[in-house]
Amino acid sequence: MMISVRRSAYGVQRKTKFAGICFVLLLLLSAGSCPLSAAYAQPVSSTELINSAKLYDGKTVVYAGEVIGDIMARGTPSASGITAARGSYAWVNLNDGQNAIGIWMPEALTKDIRLTGSYKSRGDWIEVTGVFHRACADHGGDLDIHALAIRKIQSGKAIVERANPAKRNLLFTLTGILCLIVILRQFKRA
Amino acid sequence: MILKPHINDFKNIGYYLSKVMLGLGFTMLIPILMGLALGEINPTLDFLIGIAITFCFALLLEKICFTEEDLTWMQGMIIVALSWLVAMILGAVPLYLSGHWKSFLDTCFDTMSGFATTGLTLVQDLDHLSYTHNLWRHLIMFIGGQGIVIIALSFSIKGLSGAFRMYVGEARDERIMPNIVYTARFIWLVSIVYLILGTAALGIIGLLNGMQPFNSFFHGACIFMAAFDTGGFAPQSQNILYYHSLPYELVTIVIMLSGAINFKLHYHLWMGNRKEIWKNIETRTLFVTVMIIFLVVAAGLAQQNIYPTALILFRKGFYQLISGHTGTGYATIYAQQFIYEWGNLALVGIIMAMALGGGTCSTTGGIKMLRIGVLAKAFKQDLKRIILPDKAVVVQKFHHLKGVFLEDKQVRSALLITLAYLGLYGVGALIGMWYGHPFLNALFESTSAAANVGLSCGITAPGMPAALKITYIIQMWAGRLEFMSVFTLIGFFVAAIRGR
Repeated sequence: MMISVRRSAYGVQRKTKFAGICFVLLLLLSAGSCPLSAAYAQPVSSTELINSAKLYDGKTVVYAGEVIGDIMARGTPSASGITAARGSYAWVNLNDGQNAIGIWMPEALTKDIRLTGSYKSRGDWIEVTGVFHRACADHGGDLDIHALAIRKIQSGKAIVERANPAKRNLLFTLTGILCLIVILRQFKRA
Repeated sequence: MILKPHINDFKNIGYYLSKVMLGLGFTMLIPILMGLALGEINPTLDFLIGIAITFCFALLLEKICFTEEDLTWMQGMIIVALSWLVAMILGAVPLYLSGHWKSFLDTCFDTMSGFATTGLTLVQDLDHLSYTHNLWRHLIMFIGGQGIVIIALSFSIKGLSGAFRMYVGEARDERIMPNIVYTARFIWLVSIVYLILGTAALGIIGLLNGMQPFNSFFHGACIFMAAFDTGGFAPQSQNILYYHSLPYELVTIVIMLSGAINFKLHYHLWMGNRKEIWKNIETRTLFVTVMIIFLVVAAGLAQQNIYPTALILFRKGFYQLISGHTGTGYATIYAQQFIYEWGNLALVGIIMAMALGGGTCSTTGGIKMLRIGVLAKAFKQDLKRIILPDKAVVVQKFHHLKGVFLEDKQVRSALLITLAYLGLYGVGALIGMWYGHPFLNALFESTSAAANVGLSCGITAPGMPAALKITYIIQMWAGRLEFMSVFTLIGFFVAAIRGR
């Protein structure tokens, strides 16, 4: 009796293990058969998106980068690429350190963006989940991402600039040399 | 027997070179004013250092080499060739101090690219570059487009017959006005009037596109300077793609085409002679080559099936084509897309456009339309000679600002320069292939550098070998000066070493 119980317990254990392996295999198979149908949970680099644009075309991707330059508020696009009415959408360019890609997003999503990258500031880093277009039909064939959601990863910061002492000293030295040359020229002329 | 250059040759060259250096130094005042106005401390210091170094060298050279002699043809050519090298080095100083370039060689690459109105760049983290440095990047294109020596001619060197020799040395052999100084000033007048109009147009579009008011007009001025001078630098790393704007693309196409037109043709248009644009051999040749090459590009893009509609295919294909043909180098696609997306046929189309270039006495590089037109006419003349009876007198005419009879001398000159350009494209491609790049990619980048275009298929990057950077610098320099000044300089060095 004890043996049969042990055997049945062992059998149940084996069946569970077998079912587990099958489940993992099925999961791997399904993941392998349709790798691009779902969203890419991990951010994809701009180089990967540009170099493999055909592969990602029309897929939902996650892309992260620093907001650079201007946030350009636009209207709804027409087929020609000329915007019809201002204000409902915006272009935001995100640079991940390799390239910058244009993100087309509802203007409401840009509200969280406080700083954009320039000489005087490091822009906010945001993560965009959106549909990637190799040659967007709405935007004159541009390679872009239409954002569905954004998440701020890191806030930007203003850069406080101080005069570089080495540059300042070099300038003083050169000004001295220049003055000396000018004075010497005058002496020679006199 | 080769004659060793006389000490007076060196003195004359040094003296006029110092004038060009002084002119360059004064132009650095513009970014300094910009830096002061915007409170960009370190960039202002960079330019103050740059101007101090430039003036130190210029004043010393002026003193040591002082002369009142006029220039000979050889000296004029050598001054021009050296002026571009000196401007490359001195112009690179403030940029290098910004820390946005990996090495001084990279900065020199960018300044030569700027002065030669090429547009290839090795800058890093462009999106965080100061307004002051960015203004200089675009200003050197504006200066280089008109010609570095033109500045000296306009302001420093007055009434010298030698001035014309320097003017010719910068690949401009057409006098617009009887006096060469007035010609130089007219070139500046045209450029500045267009600068104001172009900046206003692009600035307003920028505002309507949702850009900040200051950025709109700053970008407008920078983009105009680089587009009219067929340069190709842009204030942001995405180039024209940054703006995501059809009106911006349309206006830049107009500016690029204006920059590709002969300054003498501009003069005729200003004087109300609008018919000239329809009759001129250069504009006619440009129209024909654009049409033919667009067919090649469109066929290539259609074959690849990248763009969803014909209108979009036209927009993308035509923009890159005009950018390449005028030698500008503005792009609305990423560099890698030329290789990964466009396919070989479209790529060959763009290479052809880049190789041909725009008008003579304009700011474009490449073989140029007048030479292509002359060669086509010569081909037609030879065909007529074969077809018509032996006794028939075959006369071929073309219209370039006036009616001109085709002579063998013109054909020979056009053919020699064309062959020199083809050789330059080929040598650069071979060196690119030596470093492991496929033939078409290497030819694309080499043609872009030698024809002063600036479109890239991705080879130009801070990590590329130093020898390849130097190759492209030489190509940009020789291509912009159309060889003669460069050959004269080489000859001068040979004479200095081997002469008696």
